[in-house]
Amino acid sequence: MSRISLLALGAVLLLVAQMQSGFAANSYEDASKLFKQGNYASALEKIETVITANPRDARARFLKGLILTEQAKPADAIKVFTSLTDDYPELPEPYNNLAVLYASQGQYDKARKSLEMAIRTHPSYAIAHENLGDVYAKMASEAYDKALQLDRSNTAAQTKLAMIKDLFSGSVVPGKGLSDTAEPAVAGATTPATAEKPATAAAKPAAQPAKADIDAVLAAVDGWAKAWSSKDANAYLGYYAPGFQVPGGEARANWEATRRDRIVKPKLIEVTVGSPKVSFDAEGRAIVKFRQGYKSDSLSTSGTKIMTLVKNNDRWQIIQEKMN
Amino acid sequence: MGGHNRCYQAGSRQTLFQALVAIVAAGASYAWAMNIAPAPVSRHISTPEAMLVRALLDIRDSKFSSARDHIDSLLVANPNFRLAQLVKGDLLLARARPINSIGNESGGSAEQVAGLRDEARVRLMRSQIEPLPELAPRYLLQLPKKEKLALVLDSTKSTLFVFENTGKTPRYVADYYVSIGKNGLEKLREGDKKTPVGVYHVVSRLPKDKLTDFYGSGAYPISYPNEWDRMRGRDGHGIWLHGTPRDTYSRPPRASDGCIVLTNQDLETLATKLQVGSTPIVIADSIEWAKPDEVESLRSELASSIESWRHDWESRNTDAYLLHYARKFTSNGLNLAQWSAQKQQVNAAKTWIKVKVSDISLLLYPGKEDMAVATFEQDYASSNLSNRMMKRQYWIRENSKWRIVFEGAA
Repeated sequence: MSRISLLALGAVLLLVAQMQSGFAANSYEDASKLFKQGNYASALEKIETVITANPRDARARFLKGLILTEQAKPADAIKVFTSLTDDYPELPEPYNNLAVLYASQGQYDKARKSLEMAIRTHPSYAIAHENLGDVYAKMASEAYDKALQLDRSNTAAQTKLAMIKDLFSGSVVPGKGLSDTAEPAVAGATTPATAEKPATAAAKPAAQPAKADIDAVLAAVDGWAKAWSSKDANAYLGYYAPGFQVPGGEARANWEATRRDRIVKPKLIEVTVGSPKVSFDAEGRAIVKFRQGYKSDSLSTSGTKIMTLVKNNDRWQIIQEKMN
Repeated sequence: MGGHNRCYQAGSRQTLFQALVAIVAAGASYAWAMNIAPAPVSRHISTPEAMLVRALLDIRDSKFSSARDHIDSLLVANPNFRLAQLVKGDLLLARARPINSIGNESGGSAEQVAGLRDEARVRLMRSQIEPLPELAPRYLLQLPKKEKLALVLDSTKSTLFVFENTGKTPRYVADYYVSIGKNGLEKLREGDKKTPVGVYHVVSRLPKDKLTDFYGSGAYPISYPNEWDRMRGRDGHGIWLHGTPRDTYSRPPRASDGCIVLTNQDLETLATKLQVGSTPIVIADSIEWAKPDEVESLRSELASSIESWRHDWESRNTDAYLLHYARKFTSNGLNLAQWSAQKQQVNAAKTWIKVKVSDISLLLYPGKEDMAVATFEQDYASSNLSNRMMKRQYWIRENSKWRIVFEGAA
């Protein structure tokens, strides 16, 4: 059985499980709300009832892991995430969070292995890559300490890896990773909890793209990269259309907050756009494929990005983006 | 973030490789790095060093995962191998961000990092050492039967060679990575942090339990300052062969206060063969290797000079006997004139003299001067006095003739 169909099967199982009980869904929402309010004890109590009613509920178990983490019970949280990786090995998020917990205990080699599993299931999973970079840096620092007998134990707690707060946050990006040949046009179909429509499936090249349009699209992409490089979060977010398909179906506000954080945090960012190719689909949307280079003080990556832009009031804005 | 691709590691590790090549290039021996030949079968180098070298060569060849495997497995057995830890750090960090030089991002002081880079350079250089059976250090002219081995230190290669005495051309046994004085060679003064150049021998053994952890598995003081050093007014003391502290597998090539530092494992191996009180150690800047016939012609020149000296002494031809002594000669505070006067007087009072010389050790002194150290057992008998002693003579070439510049009890 291919990995895609396994994932699809997993998704079906999850959906079936969630549909089995409306009560459970409500209780999940309640638990999630309590968790967000910082009321961990009550959230835990609530989520336990959901899990008792439906022990296969991955989302609930994931939330339980998060709650336990917030309650500073890493050993218990590790148990929860480990059992999730056993039952749903195709999901990258539990691996990522497991890695974060291992790293917080200084078990970097275990953290590394978990992140490699997350990346194995979803090769372009950005957070796992960033976390893996941090873990490597941390392991390097340990080796350096042994090489040079430095005492940096007091700085050990400073590296904090990113915990994933929502299941399916990483796996919903359309066309991601599972197949290198995934076409941008066949988006969405392989992953569960997204409401994304395969809207671009019918894409056909438009008759004659005007050179002025191509230039304008390229200028927009260039401006987007420059805004990112100069860490101008407002300008950067301005390049995204109001209808931008937020990865993972996350709330726009949450996504913006995460992006701001990621743009402001590094001391230095350099984003490059390499050999962009512009085409237009039947609806007049521009599809730009380019080599995205990203370099910060803590990370250096590159990959192929496919961006879909729409024209709003004479301005080309991003409606969808993904890395291949 | 839009996401990252897994290929993000390749570029930064390429720079690590370039850094390695830069280190190699910075050393004297660039050519060999580009033309690596397999180590000769006869060479015995320690496993940790062999693994480290393999890892460094893997980095050169962009085989990073193989490099990590070698480093990881060597660190299992030797977690105190600092350079290996540094390389491990670099291999890991290169996966997170670009590194432009070995140890650059390690947070160590410039001196620490430079020392470890130097060790990497030397370890690579050492991997190219290929002892040729037809060559031997020209210093080892003759070893007495009782002497099992001789040590020769090549400071430019940070390597201590061990040769076995075969009665003819010494046979290569092993070589060890060593650290020498921070300030290099040619010790002159107390506290100059230099290692002496010359002919010495192992004088004693200080067991581990009498020492601090700093000296590791033991210490073997050598005979610095020797007679020649003292004649030239050189001072200082406490030049030892010793091991490393528990937390340190090896130290950088130039790290000691003048001592010769081996890894504990190597020192323990060497210790089983050392003859305390006699094993010679020749410390050279860079070893001069010679063919057996060159060594033999020098040896026979010196051996016949000693025989001629013995014969002239025994025949009580004091004028001829005194011609064996150099103008700069000194012994027990006497210069040549005072010595000559004393010998004339002593020899004249004797009706017969018999001198036997045996167990001769002949070692050429490293450096520019033509000088050799002869150590032997002297069995002296005469009409009014007899004694047996170990004697040491320093012979120099003066007007193309070998003459004694120092003589005394060994």
